[in-house]
Amino acid sequence: MTVMLNGKEVQIPDHIGSVQDLLTYYELHNRIVVVEVNAEIVLKEHYTSLGLSQGDRIEMIHFVGGG
Amino acid sequence: MNGRYSRQELFPPIGKAGQEKIQNSKVAIIGAGALGSASAEMLARAGVGHITIVDRDYVEWSNLQRQQLYTERDAEEQIPKAEAAKNRLKQINSGITIASKVMDIHGMNIEAVIKGHTVIVDASDNFETRLIVNDAAVKQGIPYIYGACVGSYGLTYPVIPGQTPCLQCLIDHLPAQGMTCDTAGVISPAVQTTAAYQVTSTLKVITGNSLEAVIQSFDMWNGQHTSIHARRLLNKNCPACGKDPSFPYLNYENLTKTAVLCGRDTVQIRPASHRDLSLEEVSLHLKEAAEKIKVTPYLVSFIYENHRIVLFKDGRALIHGTNDVSTAKGIYNRIVG
Ligand SMILES: [Zn+2]
Repeated sequence: MTVMLNGKEVQIPDHIGSVQDLLTYYELHNRIVVVEVNAEIVLKEHYTSLGLSQGDRIEMIHFVGGG
Repeated sequence: MNGRYSRQELFPPIGKAGQEKIQNSKVAIIGAGALGSASAEMLARAGVGHITIVDRDYVEWSNLQRQQLYTERDAEEQIPKAEAAKNRLKQINSGITIASKVMDIHGMNIEAVIKGHTVIVDASDNFETRLIVNDAAVKQGIPYIYGACVGSYGLTYPVIPGQTPCLQCLIDHLPAQGMTCDTAGVISPAVQTTAAYQVTSTLKVITGNSLEAVIQSFDMWNGQHTSIHARRLLNKNCPACGKDPSFPYLNYENLTKTAVLCGRDTVQIRPASHRDLSLEEVSLHLKEAAEKIKVTPYLVSFIYENHRIVLFKDGRALIHGTNDVSTAKGIYNRIVG
């Protein structure tokens, strides 16, 4: 399906059904991440339950330690 | 006046009144690596009246690609970054006060370091130090501007005690070992952009302009920019900014006596209590066992059992060539006892 990820239209594989799947796909599942779907932050406990749909606007920011 | 700050005073959100606030402000910069160098230079030029810069490390050749305050000579002479930064900043602006602190930040010393400052700029290279600073900043009610970068990516976020969720609300646990280390390299545009955001936030705080709880990230190489409003992450039970705070990182001294430095194949060892070593004596003592002994006013460096070692006056040592804490501890005990 197609979603807007960080402002860009991207095609993601159909097996990605949840926020958790998306994080795994981008290898961010072990990172500290803040995810927003359609202008609302998704709390961690909802990562597996919140389904993604065609056209969703997703913002994803991961924290890094470098400086 | 010589008009030194005229362009800043002409900028309406700052003005003459704002410039006066800038000159009366005290900013602490935690870390004098890439982000610290960039922020410190901007803030010194902007006329921040007092800058405290803290760092535990010394200048190396691999720093020069992006750590703008340092020269080849600083690397050759292994000058502690906080000192080298101070020397350069004084050349840039002789009308302000620069305090340099060559030290390792931990839960027991951070509160004294930041006390009395207007803003704290994050320029650390690890999550643990950041959470220590976050606890102290929230406890003392000092705005703390998080910033970090790796590769061509960077992000910033302002912790304004009492107004925005703190860093602990956003990062509710330390990442697993190995995930904290950014070994992917970094390009200076990512550093400069991150620092530019942080300094903008710092100037806003000082001049009384408001800041929102927004996490901003960007990827310079891919031309991406993202921002997320963090309000919803405010945790009422946060151990730092919640209603009954315990400030866990201000009690964590023991946790960080040894630290594996990110991507550096280096272990840092800090003695349990503060020491004041005579570097001359140490070097005499090492004469038989070590090679290439070099003593500077701040540190002694040498090769011992095939490891390059740097020992600071306060008893802290950097053992290069290993990521193994027990190997490093063994070496340390043989050197300093
Ligand atoms: Zn908090």
